[in-house]
Amino acid sequence: MSPLALAVRDSSTMLRRNLLHARRYPSLTLNLLLTPIMLLLLFVYIFGDTMSAGIGGGRPDRSEYIAYIVPGLLLMTIGSTVVGTAVSVSNDMTEGIIARFRTMAIHRGSVIIGHVIGSVLQSVISVVLVGAVAVAIGFRSTDATVLEWLAAFGLLVLFAMALTWIAVGMGLISPNAEAASNNAMPLILLPLLSSAFVPIHAMPGWFQPIAEYQPFTPAIETLRGLLLGTEIGNNGWLAVVWCLGLAVLGYFWSTSKFNHDPR
Amino acid sequence: MTNLAIAANGLRKSYGDKTVLGGVDLAVEEGTIFSLLGPNGAGKTTSVKILSTLISPDPASGEIRVGGHDLATDPQAVRAAIGVTGQFSAVDGLITGEENMLLMADLHHLSKREGRKVTAELLERFDLTEAAKKPASTYSGGMKRRLDLAMTLVGNPRIIFLDEPTTGLDPRSRHNMWQIIRELVSDGVTVFLTTQLLDEADELADRIAVLNDGKIAAQGTAEELKRLIPGGHVRLRFTDPAAYQSAASALGEATLPHARLRSRGGTPVDESLTLQIPSDGSQRELRSILDWLDSVGIEADELTVHTPDLDDVFFALTGGSGVPNQPRETVR
Repeated sequence: MSPLALAVRDSSTMLRRNLLHARRYPSLTLNLLLTPIMLLLLFVYIFGDTMSAGIGGGRPDRSEYIAYIVPGLLLMTIGSTVVGTAVSVSNDMTEGIIARFRTMAIHRGSVIIGHVIGSVLQSVISVVLVGAVAVAIGFRSTDATVLEWLAAFGLLVLFAMALTWIAVGMGLISPNAEAASNNAMPLILLPLLSSAFVPIHAMPGWFQPIAEYQPFTPAIETLRGLLLGTEIGNNGWLAVVWCLGLAVLGYFWSTSKFNHDPR
Repeated sequence: MTNLAIAANGLRKSYGDKTVLGGVDLAVEEGTIFSLLGPNGAGKTTSVKILSTLISPDPASGEIRVGGHDLATDPQAVRAAIGVTGQFSAVDGLITGEENMLLMADLHHLSKREGRKVTAELLERFDLTEAAKKPASTYSGGMKRRLDLAMTLVGNPRIIFLDEPTTGLDPRSRHNMWQIIRELVSDGVTVFLTTQLLDEADELADRIAVLNDGKIAAQGTAEELKRLIPGGHVRLRFTDPAAYQSAASALGEATLPHARLRSRGGTPVDESLTLQIPSDGSQRELRSILDWLDSVGIEADELTVHTPDLDDVFFALTGGSGVPNQPRETVR
């Protein structure tokens, strides 16, 4: 069997294993899904009038605010899902079966690749579920073409892949599930420091560069532009570069951690 | 010349300044059971981890070949030849026993049909068919261990590492496991077994290496190891303290007829009104002891011959400093 065929075959076996875990024990995935949905409802129905009045120059318009925060929440959903990835990777590494995999003549990276693909699939499903809630409470993308929808979907998948590779690395360096959950916490907190809930120009001047160039903001602005027709500018490129950069960094970090002698 | 399934020269491993393995040489012939015997912390598990490619040895180690392949340059070929059942069950507790088996079949690239066939056969052989559809986390210790070994056998490995396979098992499960291990070897498989149970090594192994403090303290068959230790003696037990006292003093100043007896003398074991006299257990020596006992008028209530067992070897070799040439009982 060629190395590539071996990699594909073993990775898909590992993916099946991870999907089996997720199907058998869905509670972790569902719990993590609650965070973005709660935030969506909280910001729309509780803070919605105030927030939209602040952004829109004094005139409260809740439906406009729904449109504003949904792109950010979709990306936040990914951040929340990959915290689950970090936890399950860390849990998995403490299992004896991983030691068994290491002593078998299988593709070395298949364990991690299985986790990554499984987690990206979970992220996509979670995004679709949160998106459905958003549509149910009134989110509409009025002028997006099919091509823009596809681009939006592609961006979400790319973003999920980038964050997943980072989360896998975090899972690998964490000695237990609690540590993994703590280490991955920034992935949930970062969206709060982005343009997800309020525009960058409404933040203090010294903070604006941080908020503007962290990975979430360009991705949010790009998604907003694709779905709602706002100005994308150079955010599209920034988002793609961030995603590729994080994915490559996470890939090398994770594989080198995994190839180390186990603790 | 017979082929070696495992050949390790100067196996070394240290963590920081703590040396776990300080240069261990191992040679295991194909189709035999080799047992690495040693107390906790002797380095047994570390040896298995290195030989099974889980962790790497220190660079100062010599050449290590497993299944004819160099561990350092061709680990994948080594992995293709071996199966490992570790000290802590290497099963996926979240999925069922059957799913664990099918997972192994997939990773050995068996076809769907073949995978199902092998799974059904092995589950049957290891008496797990009934529990096949239950999550492995609900299995008892013995069942987990059996599933673990069944998973190892999916790929038909030629060399199997068993790291303390019976630790924590009840006597019945332990005997089942021994039976399984014997069957493996009758199929021509090489077994590398670590254990801290002397009777297990005695029962199963063709060759035994006693590992202590990261070094091989002794190596050979169970018989050879037992011969290393002059642990045999004749035990005399008395019920009457007066008879015991006179026998003890007679023994103390005795000029014993047999050379060995003369040089060592007898040793009273006070608490139990027991005397013991060193002996190799041979007919000749026994007779000379009996003759002497008659001649000085000692009449014991009970006489037993104690031959050295692997326990004596184990305690003597792992007991600490110095070469032990006295059985431990005589120290008292």
